[in-house]
Amino acid sequence: MEMTDDGLKSELQKQGVFVVPVEFLYNWSRKSSIWPLQFGLACCAIEMIASAAARYDLARFGAEVFRATPRQADLMIVAGTVTKKMAPQVVRLWNQMPEPKYCIAMGACAISGGPFKDGYNVLKGIDRYIPVDVHIPGCPPRPEAFIHAIMTLQRKIEQDHLHRMRCYNKESPAEYPIPAYGEHDLEPPANPEVWQPPKDYRDVTLDEVKRG
Amino acid sequence: MTPSFEQTSPDAKPVFLVERDEAVAVARKLKNDPRWQMDFCSCVTAVDYLKEDYIEVVYHLYSVALKHGPVVLKIRAPRDLAQCEVPSLTPVWRGCEFQEREAYDLFGVRFTGHPDLRRILMWDEFKDHPLRKDYIPPQDYEWEPTPHGEVLTRAKAQGGTIPPSAVVEVKK
Amino acid sequence: MSTAGVIETQTLEVSIGPQHPSTHGVFRMNVTLDGEVVVKLKPVMGYLHRNHEQLAEKMPWIASMPYTDRLDYFCSMSNNWAYALAVEKLAGITVPERAEYIRVIMAELTRLQNHASAIGFLLSDCGAWFTPVLYAFRERERILDFFEAVSGSRMMCNYCRFGGVRVDLNEQTLAMARGIVERFPPFLDEFEKLMTENEVLMARTQRVGILPKALAIDASISGPMARASGVEYDIRKVDKYGVYDRFDFLVPVGETGDVYDRYMIRILEMRQAVKILQQALRDIPAGPCQNPAVKFRNFKIPAGDGYGRIESPKGELGFYLVADATGKNPYRYHVRPPSFINLTVLEDMCLGHKVADVVVILGSVDIVLGEVDR
Repeated sequence: MEMTDDGLKSELQKQGVFVVPVEFLYNWSRKSSIWPLQFGLACCAIEMIASAAARYDLARFGAEVFRATPRQADLMIVAGTVTKKMAPQVVRLWNQMPEPKYCIAMGACAISGGPFKDGYNVLKGIDRYIPVDVHIPGCPPRPEAFIHAIMTLQRKIEQDHLHRMRCYNKESPAEYPIPAYGEHDLEPPANPEVWQPPKDYRDVTLDEVKRG
Repeated sequence: MTPSFEQTSPDAKPVFLVERDEAVAVARKLKNDPRWQMDFCSCVTAVDYLKEDYIEVVYHLYSVALKHGPVVLKIRAPRDLAQCEVPSLTPVWRGCEFQEREAYDLFGVRFTGHPDLRRILMWDEFKDHPLRKDYIPPQDYEWEPTPHGEVLTRAKAQGGTIPPSAVVEVKK
Repeated sequence: MSTAGVIETQTLEVSIGPQHPSTHGVFRMNVTLDGEVVVKLKPVMGYLHRNHEQLAEKMPWIASMPYTDRLDYFCSMSNNWAYALAVEKLAGITVPERAEYIRVIMAELTRLQNHASAIGFLLSDCGAWFTPVLYAFRERERILDFFEAVSGSRMMCNYCRFGGVRVDLNEQTLAMARGIVERFPPFLDEFEKLMTENEVLMARTQRVGILPKALAIDASISGPMARASGVEYDIRKVDKYGVYDRFDFLVPVGETGDVYDRYMIRILEMRQAVKILQQALRDIPAGPCQNPAVKFRNFKIPAGDGYGRIESPKGELGFYLVADATGKNPYRYHVRPPSFINLTVLEDMCLGHKVADVVVILGSVDIVLGEVDR
């Protein structure tokens, strides 16, 4: 708000006129009515339900309207272990959600595979296929932690800039590729645009480190 | 081995190791004999004995009518995938249906006579049988500070496609 | 109710799940419909197959204990007990009396919260959108508070140890448990007042999804589902594991085996569980809560195999364990999950019913996907 000066703004406010940028209104309305996708994978989903139930009452944050269809949702909560058998469906659901959309990886399993990381059928983190906005550690995270994640996401939405948002950028891909069931593993095992395997520092020679 | 049906105390947990061709007959006898009445097949699983070179399918049977058990039925099959088959006991106890499918999925034991033998936990295109002791998981490990030495050795022996980040021996 | 001969109809194949609000997780059913009537139903599972068995075979015996929490994530305490019982059977470990009582208290409290939530979700599936779950979760939170006070975690308690339990109950926690037990019957009365004679519930559940007794036994159905069909079989009575032979309680058995019976059996079981809890909390003896002879470092089991089972809230939960010559970790570790096997008869129960009833019938089976797929 560089164009209005503060004196004029407060004077207008006294008369019930609020001068805010469109961006503020847009973000404020989005952050105050997040509609999550009703989609539980494992143990964390129960804590998600507990957050929506009477004691923790997610409705206080305007995020209690769980939609069963991805077409009406704008937040995907990956609550639980994503197995390789489930991963294509998760990506498909993500593709079906309208932009702008956000993703919360709830629990250790959704972040990295968690305690089940060594399993042959466990995806080592949903961020291999879709971009994640907020990670909640814990196995499972308590409802308070989940509410904290919602508040973190609200802060993130608040700070969105219309001209920088991914969904308004024509060059960004509209859909994320859905992995296929392979003979031994998912194909491909990760979406390289979203995720690259971490480089082992012992592969790096000293010269490379010096060069930065 | 043909079990003797004269044993009167099933609480002593008799274990019957039966041959593959007589398994169904033994199972039917156990189910229908008035002294046993093993009408409840509780648990079906397989165990992969790598050194002994066989896979053992284990059935735990209980009797709801007489409230005794368990009686254990074991059937052995060679580990070799082509010959790894045992007769299905699903026609005898319906409760074996899903558990035998699971054993087929994870161990590769083919149950002949099973009405619907498909993979149940993994997807249909999957080729391996992951609970066999010589199964090699796909190489999608990230480098992490905990040692994965054994996994790396096995992966190297396989000569598969290993990402460069994984082929590092963990120095102790 | 095929309209053959009148109008040419085609069957319709619908895939319900894996993302569907009524499948209780990531379960999928491939349903073939003739009009609205189900003519074929094939369950598809494995969407939560987390390789519990393979992971357990790679780690020491005690390290699998936290993983058992995540099998049936509503009932972590009973899962712990089932695993501890199987290992104790295999290794020949005795459990002090106080620990046995504590385990009974924990298992029965677990049964209370599981059945309350199961009924809540069943009613949700009938169309009472989320309201019954709110009542159930209100009561569940109290029990979870108690679990947290004792074990340090709400859901994943990791509480049992081989030869006992991890933390003893003190006066405060015992008083807390007594408070929960005291308050539970009024809650049940309220719950029942809302639902048991509710016309909508009766119309939706009576004579729906009938499971005959003979099929229930043949298909290895266990737990409340089998008892609703008239199978008089409760492992607490048959095996008398723990100290269950000391308590006076009844095993409710249904007649018709329909969804309403399964609902009613759970209500009655909760009442019996309250009865057990009252006796256990009255009689709990003093003493150690852990067998001091059991060591945790280098815990080894002599070679052999064993099967231990308990009556978990969902049915017969068993662990089949094989120890090899080294004995450091399980050579084979197999879980006999009740809700997985209870799904065997899903197709038989749904055939001939409307597709809307499939959801109700599935809700009455009370599955938890962590256990179905492991």
